[in-house]
Formats: sequence, structure tokens, C-alpha cells
Amino acid sequence: MRRIFSVLVENQPGVLARVAGLFARRRFNIESLAVGATQDPSFSCMTIVVDGDEGVLQQVQKHLDRLINVVRVSVLEESGAICRELALVRVNAAGTQRTSIIQVVNVFKGKIVDVAPGSLVVEITGDRDKISALLDLLGEFGIQELVRTGEIAIARGRQVVNEGGICIGQGAVRT
Amino acid sequence: MIGAEVLWNCLRQAGVEVIFGYPGGAVMPVYDVLPASIRHVLVRHEQAAAMAADGYARATGRLGVCIATSGPGALNLLCGLANAFLDSVPVLAITGQVSTTLLGRDAFQETDVFGATMSVTKHNYLVSRAHDLPRVLNEAIYLAQTGRKGPVLVDLPRDVAQAELPPGVDSAPRLPGYKLQREDNSAQVHRAAEALAAASRPLLLVGGGIKWARAGPLVLELAEKAELPVASTLMGLGTVPADHPLYLGMIGMHGAVAANRAVQECDLLLALGVRFSDRTTGKREAFAPRALLIHVDVDAAELGKNVPADIPIVGDVGCVLRSLSSLVPERRRPEWLARVCSFPVAPGRQGVGVRAVRALARATADLARRGDLILVTDVGQHQMWVAQHYPFYHPRTLLTSGGLGAMGYGLPAAVGAQVGCPDKTVVLVTGDGSLQMNLQELATIVQEKLPIKILLLDNRSLGMVRQWQEMFFQGNLKAVFLRGPDWTTIAAAYGIKAWRCTDPADLEDALDQLLSEHGPGLLHCPVPAEEKVLPMVPVGEPLDRMILSWRRGDEP
Ligand SMILES: Cc1ncc(C[n+]2csc(CCOP(=O)(O)OP(=O)(O)O)c2C)c(N)n1
Repeated sequence: MRRIFSVLVENQPGVLARVAGLFARRRFNIESLAVGATQDPSFSCMTIVVDGDEGVLQQVQKHLDRLINVVRVSVLEESGAICRELALVRVNAAGTQRTSIIQVVNVFKGKIVDVAPGSLVVEITGDRDKISALLDLLGEFGIQELVRTGEIAIARGRQVVNEGGICIGQGAVRT
Repeated sequence: MIGAEVLWNCLRQAGVEVIFGYPGGAVMPVYDVLPASIRHVLVRHEQAAAMAADGYARATGRLGVCIATSGPGALNLLCGLANAFLDSVPVLAITGQVSTTLLGRDAFQETDVFGATMSVTKHNYLVSRAHDLPRVLNEAIYLAQTGRKGPVLVDLPRDVAQAELPPGVDSAPRLPGYKLQREDNSAQVHRAAEALAAASRPLLLVGGGIKWARAGPLVLELAEKAELPVASTLMGLGTVPADHPLYLGMIGMHGAVAANRAVQECDLLLALGVRFSDRTTGKREAFAPRALLIHVDVDAAELGKNVPADIPIVGDVGCVLRSLSSLVPERRRPEWLARVCSFPVAPGRQGVGVRAVRALARATADLARRGDLILVTDVGQHQMWVAQHYPFYHPRTLLTSGGLGAMGYGLPAAVGAQVGCPDKTVVLVTGDGSLQMNLQELATIVQEKLPIKILLLDNRSLGMVRQWQEMFFQGNLKAVFLRGPDWTTIAAAYGIKAWRCTDPADLEDALDQLLSEHGPGLLHCPVPAEEKVLPMVPVGEPLDRMILSWRRGDEP
């Protein structure tokens, strides 16, 4: 089972180490972790996607909550949240293939952000499914390099998770 | 005022009267302004400073404080901090650090103490700006002593300790993420009360959390009202007086037969302030297989961590017990009580180790009943013999390394206990292996004039390891023989009176002599190396698979 935790933390040195240490020590499985600023500079938001059974996920939540620098742990249901990830893909692009790649990228509302002889860099934003669909298609041309931010998420509607919780993905870590 | 003076002021304001420490380069500015109003106990190894602070805290219920220099000093604290962490003991550790201008440059005696201690503390700090110091110290002191207690470390760079601080720097704790007040648990408590009233074979299990909630009397009140037999974990010993008719003894790997059997047969287990360590539960999946489990703890993360609870209750055990006592009707359960009382008490013939502990129990009976005795143990067979055979009547009268099982805990913890409780008799029961792990502290007890009484059960081996090798490794004895020193000579060299008791028949007289000694004393008691701690539940087995007797050739 996959669960998205939106974790509001104090913006203090060592917080990322505490969270990472917790996951390592208790053998919790991080799928992705993205951390960035919020509207209040004294807090950061971590979006942590975790894989595990219900018991493990509950333990993850409680142990995160127990960390002194963690202010709040919220669970975001995928149906009730907007989830986004940014990927940058360097893809093989021999002369004849360029137009086909550009067509595919346009369909996905991606962007070509760099052009070099023999390759293109594609920028794509979306939820997991969209990104993996595009990656499948680009795979046919040959992906040279791929970097992803890890997912960030925010609740839909007027429900405020982190006091207005904007969560800008920076410094993403994938495991 | 400089940072170091702010530190001492904060500690004094928090009521700290004594600290355990060892100086060195990076922490010298702190020592330089050590006020005369705080007693500094100079130990002989920083591990002992952390363990003495722990012993002080366990014995008195107050914050224990230790201090060390950067690098080697701070790293020597680690085992003691981990020990306090696993047993939830309020300890504050102050470590000197190289100046912030040198941090990250692999300076002399620089180590990443913040990183190294993160996983063995409740929380830790590296203070990089002087004006954070008052707030950080107040937070650290508060965190260590509230909620689930634990060690907190403050790493203090030399230049921060020396920096001049203007008056009026903000010192109020700012802990937006520290959640002490919990959601309302009254619905869960009501469910628990109904389940308790309906149960026909209920059992209470008490752990170390009770003493920090000062809830011992409330346990008795509930137990007596609803006639609930009570079992204890190692850390819970003393919660319920050992001679109480409802008390069954300790559960776990070396638990009492009645207590372990009761766990496996009960239909409801009310677990209070326990964390279900593997040494307590045996095979987790087979723990209390017939029971509805009600688990109460201040730490939400404990609920469901090791054993799934049917009714988890987050909260202060004292508050929960008070509500339960008012909700649960009075009830007698003659059949269940008769059943738990019918379980056999203990294996028959006992060896010298057990006889020594029993002799100690007789020699100290009055002190123990009055609560004037603090018994400290090290780790190994002697520790378990004490847990099994010494009757505890009051909380905080047994100090033992439970979660970490750290050999070497005993002597420094006894130092902390005696410093904190000068009017009580502090007795250390130790083994020849453990005593040598912090032997150097014999010098501390002499220098500090601490009248600690040491009962050394000397089996010339690492007894507990040897027991496992004999029972589970086909008698393949490896690295367990200790050629000890001449113990009475060692003690004498430190200036400690010592006796040897070679005939178990003389034990009681020898103990009387030890206990009537004015200063510190050591009684050296040789014990045959082959003696075992029984009953024993082998690792990974359910609690009712107890080995009650064992002879060579019985290996599985
Ligand atoms: C620091 C540390 N190292 C190793 C161990 C593993 N260990 C557990 S009990 C034990 C033997 C203890 O010997 P001793 O203190 O003589 O006590 P005895 O078992 O003989 O009573 C050992 C080595 C430990 N618990 N702690």
C-alpha cells in the first residue's frame, strides 16, 4: 500500500537527517521524499510517499509525529489531493526522430527545454501516471538520463493541511 | 554574562544541584565558571558520567545531568545515553564542542556529536548561535522531563560558551511540534472499563512507565477493587509490593512461572506503561494468545509497535487508571485467582548465586520494606537472580539496565543513586565481568565518600553468555573465561574494605558485616560457573515454553 504524508516540520538544521534516520533505522520504505519552503520561512513541508502495510504506515505516522521538530503529520488521500511531480528527461533524438518526440511531448503538455546534437531535454509535470506514461513513450527513443523531484501534494478544495500549506518541491530525494 | 554562565544559571533555575562529568579542552570555558552551588562529581570515564546521571534520575525521579568534552569525551557518553533512552530516563547531557569557526574542518577533538547522538537521544541540539542558548537549554530541560522521559543532549561550541550575551535574550521554549496534550481518550477508556468488567481471566501488566507517572498506588487500587492479578516487566518491579497477594512476579525470558503462565492463559491483558520488548514477550505472535489487549502508554508510537492492541489508549497511566478505577465495578474472581496461584513457584534446588541474593534479601529486609534500600545491578545472571529472587516493595528501589542491557551500568548508577539519596543504603549486586567494565569508578566512590556496598558474584566467567553457550551452542564455550584479579586486593588498593565469603552458609553473617561497614565495602562471593538462571524461555519461543531445569546433555 502506498501512502502520501504531508509533514510540516520546523525549518531547522538536522530535520532532514532526523526523518531520514528514522526511516533507515525502523526499516520503513520511502518511495520518495520532497522537501521545500512553505509560506512561513520558519517551517518546511516534506511530502513523503511510503510503501507498506497498514500497520507499518501507522507506525510511520506515529514515529514521524513523535519527532520533536515535526509539527504535524497529515495523510493525503490520492483522491482528495492534487499530486505533482516534475521530471527532466534527456532523450535520444537523431534528426529524423525529433518531430515525433516533440509531438509526443506536446500531447503531454511537456516542454522541450534544451536541444543538443543527438538529444533533447524534456520537462514534464504531472501525477505519477502521466509521467510514467510519457516515460514509456520516450523510452522507445532511448532515455539517456532521468531526474525526478519526487511527488509533492496538496489537499483539494478548501481543506488546509499545513496552514495554507504551499509545498514547493526542492532538493528532492528518491530512494 | 557569557554563554557558560547562562548554562549554569539555567541549570540552577531548573533545580539542578549535582552534575557528573569529566573536563577537557572544548568544555574548559564551561568548567571555568562552574558555580560553587553545584556539586560536580568527577567520574573516571565519561560513560560513567552518563550512567551516574541516569542512576541519579532513576533513584530520585529528578533530572540527571552529565557533562563531557568534545570528541572522545562526548563519544564516551554514548552507551550511557542509549541506556537512558531505552529505559526512558530523564538525563541532560552537555558536551563541549570545538568553536563554530572550526566546525566541519576535522579540528582537534572534533566529532559530529549531533549526528552520532541523534538516534540515542529523545532530542539533541548543536547550539551555533549564542543567543539561542537560553532557549535551547530550557527546551532541553523541559523535553527530558516531560511526556515520555528521555535523554537530551546539548552540544556547546567553545566560542558559544565564551560569547557575551546581553541580558534579556529570549529564553522561552519554542516547541511547536512537541505534542503533550493528546486528544480525548475517554471513549477508549470506557471501552476498556467495559471489557475489564466482562473479563473472567483478566491480568494487569505493569512496566517502567508507572513509576514516572507515580501511579503505583493507583495500580493497587484498581487491582484490589476488581481483583486483578498483577504481573510486572523487569522495569516495573517495585510497582506492586512483592508480597501482595495479587502479585505474580516478573514475566519474560526469565519470568516467574505463574506470571508467564498467567499471560498465556488470561482473556484480558491490561498493559500499563510497557513497551513489549522481545525479552518480555518471547515469541511476539504467540504472546497472550487468548487475551484482549488493552495497552496504555504516553507514547502513541508504542501502541501497535510490537504487539497489536485491541484497545490502544494514549495517555498518562495515572489519569487512565483513575478513570478505570471509578468505572470498573467491584468484583471477586476466586476461580481465576485459584488458578494463577496453583502454578508452581520456582525450580527446586538453588545454587550459590540465588542463595546469595536470598541472603541479601533477608539481611536487608527491614530496609527494603521501609524503602530505604536501593538495589543496583549490572547485567548478566546476577541481574536476573536479583530480579527473580529479591522482593521489591517500592518503585525506584531497583536500578537496572533493562532495554540496553549494558554491562558496566551498575557501579556508576550506584554512584548516582548514592549521591542523589545520601540517606539510603545503596547496594550493588554485580558480576566479575560487569564490575570490570567500569571498575575505575571505585576511585570515584572513595573520593566522593559514597558508602556503597558491593556484592560481587564472581563466577570467573561471563556467566550469562556461558549459560547460552552451554544450553544453545552445544557447550561450545568460547571467550567466556575471566581470570579475575585478586578482588580483595583490588578493593584495598582503592581504599575499600573487602571481605571474601567462600562458604554459602556464612553468607548472611558476611552480608551483615558488609552492611554495617560505615564506608564503602565489597563482599567477594565465589559462585560456581555452571549455575544457570532458570526458568528460561529460549529466544523466539512463547512464554509458556519455559525450561525449568537443565543438565548437561539436555541440549535440544
Ligand atoms: C557492554 C556489554 N557487552 C557485552 C554484553 C553481553 N553480555 C551479556 S551478559 C554478559 C556476561 C556478564 O558477565 P558478568 O558481569 O560476570 O555477570 P554474570 O552473567 O556472570 O552474572 C555479557 C558479556 C553486554 N550485555 N553488555
